[in-house]
Amino acid sequence: MTQNTQKSTPPPQLDRADARVRHDAGLAGALRGFVDQIRSGDLGMLPVVLGLLLISIVFSTLNPIFLAPNNLVNLLFDAAAVGLIALGVVCVLLLGEIDLSIGSMSGLASAMTGVLWVNSGVPLPITIIAVMLTGALVGLLFGFLRNKFEMPSFVATLAGLLALLGLQLYILGPTGSINMPFSSPLVRFGQILIMPAWVSYFVAIIPGALIVYGSMRTNQRRSAANLSSGGMSVAVAKAAILTVALIFAVFYLEQGRGVPWMFGVFVLFVVFLNYALTRTKWGRSMFAVGGNAEAARRSGINVQRIRLSAFVVCSTFAALGGVFAAARLASASQQAGTGDVNLNAIAAAVIGGTSLFGGRGSAWSALLGVLVIMAISNGLTLLNLSSSLRYMITGAVLAIAVIVDSLARRSRASHGRA
Amino acid sequence: MTQENAGPEKGELILRLRGVGKQFGAVTALEDIELDVHAGEVVALVGDNGAGKSTLVKVLAGVHQPTSGTIEYFGKQVLLDTPAAALEMGIATVFQDLALCENLDVVANLFLGHEISPWRMDEVQMEVRAWTLLQELAARIPSVREPIASLSGGQRQTVAIARSLLLDPHIIMLDEPTAALGVAQTAEVLNLIERVRDRGHGVILISHNMEDVRAVADRIVVLRLGKNNGVFTAETSHQELVSAITGASENSVSRRAARKLEEVGEDQ
Repeated sequence: MTQNTQKSTPPPQLDRADARVRHDAGLAGALRGFVDQIRSGDLGMLPVVLGLLLISIVFSTLNPIFLAPNNLVNLLFDAAAVGLIALGVVCVLLLGEIDLSIGSMSGLASAMTGVLWVNSGVPLPITIIAVMLTGALVGLLFGFLRNKFEMPSFVATLAGLLALLGLQLYILGPTGSINMPFSSPLVRFGQILIMPAWVSYFVAIIPGALIVYGSMRTNQRRSAANLSSGGMSVAVAKAAILTVALIFAVFYLEQGRGVPWMFGVFVLFVVFLNYALTRTKWGRSMFAVGGNAEAARRSGINVQRIRLSAFVVCSTFAALGGVFAAARLASASQQAGTGDVNLNAIAAAVIGGTSLFGGRGSAWSALLGVLVIMAISNGLTLLNLSSSLRYMITGAVLAIAVIVDSLARRSRASHGRA
Repeated sequence: MTQENAGPEKGELILRLRGVGKQFGAVTALEDIELDVHAGEVVALVGDNGAGKSTLVKVLAGVHQPTSGTIEYFGKQVLLDTPAAALEMGIATVFQDLALCENLDVVANLFLGHEISPWRMDEVQMEVRAWTLLQELAARIPSVREPIASLSGGQRQTVAIARSLLLDPHIIMLDEPTAALGVAQTAEVLNLIERVRDRGHGVILISHNMEDVRAVADRIVVLRLGKNNGVFTAETSHQELVSAITGASENSVSRRAARKLEEVGEDQ
């Protein structure tokens, strides 16, 4: 209104006109902002980093093999399947929904892979597409039940857990298990195939390079639009730390067998989902529906369609995770997808920082969370503990993750951060 | 952003409601409502608690469907079956419960459902438009990258109003827009309402504050117990308005005024 009269020679940047706000600049500012964030309960990735550190210390003192390069390579092989399932779980958790049928869905997927590909001789790509379509269909059904009958997703997917398990047992028939040929590409993918060293190192450099390039471009565009630009120091520091860490990780893994392709494919999916969640309208709508469904509806977002999409994505990822699990085990059995698969996937998403209450989370949480979960399970296996103890400990870890989530949420509410 | 960006002629009839009714089970919230809104005018909707103002707003916003009656938009009968349909037609609403997503930042809330380039959101352009819009409203928002949860009530109201203006609607409905605002911000919102009106939009203003209503309204439509109870102008006396709202010239407000008058008389 009267703004125009005040515009003296250097016009203030659009977002710096208000003097009451502290604008953190540079590295020190970024650090201060980070501390503020943690204090108010916006924990981000801190619990995961601390958790991984703690786990490594405890298990490596109990059994030095834990940190051996080849054990970590195995850990990454194991992580891919559950990680993919957790990636889908992130989508439903973002809406404040849940899917308890993911374990059974992955089991059904591995059974379908066995029956279609091994027993019936359907080409592998077609089998995988068929399996993923089945997953999508199951997701559609859950979404439909949630939308049309307002059936809580907890109940709908609990019913799905049993029904899909039944279907898995039915199509496996009386034999109960199908072995997959060891020389086949699928099993080689799940057990042997390793990225060439140069590819691994190249991939390790990419994230840092992207961060620097991305923030350069953003800064350019922001100053062109008369907005403040953060300066490069933070981005460069971030990129440097990340690149050093990744190069070291690759170097360490190369002392053993190297980085599994299976894990690489999983990370690719994480990157893809991260883009979809943060840079597209669909992702924005997911966060909006999870935060305040009524507000999203009034903004013209089709809440039902968003819900449907989340369930479809979740079940499809669970199905693909089942194929990965079959590849890893070189078999499809009645046990596939049962036991702790369900809870491991959900726990991975929550430990990684996706809130059970909806509206908060990221695709990266699946990656980080699954590393924690798999590290625990791997370490306990190395200690030759029986599965009874393993279940109890994993259960306790999940409980702790949820408690941290709840406490952080309460703290955020009192600090006005949602 | 809507199809008829040229905008209607000033004074042209945009919206016409005839015989609109809404029932919630056995309760009749609205009955036989008539309402006209022209381009470039502020229509105030006043009434006591439970008069049906908010229900009428929700009907026009596409949140509730009327059980009877017709809604005409630019002379054509329309069906406002979803909020998206109402928005697309050019009816924007700022609800009393602001309906903002607390977990998203100001920019995300402003553009929610209408993001620039949906497959690769243009955050820079959205932020520029957000700042421009907020400065037009003389809004005091510290940062558009903070989640809504960290803003005060008045700041949230400003964000909500800014959001409704983003799509350049034909009609903007404000449900109690000044209830949570300070003195200066109330004045800014009233200025803003006049500016929106002068740009040729129709404004429907719902308010309990008679002072605000009479300051900006061209016509004042009174609802009482879900029915029309007269149309007045800003020149109408306070007393007349109150009696239309409460339904009797002899009401608690007039009695109180009379008593005060007597007391003053006795003192002298």
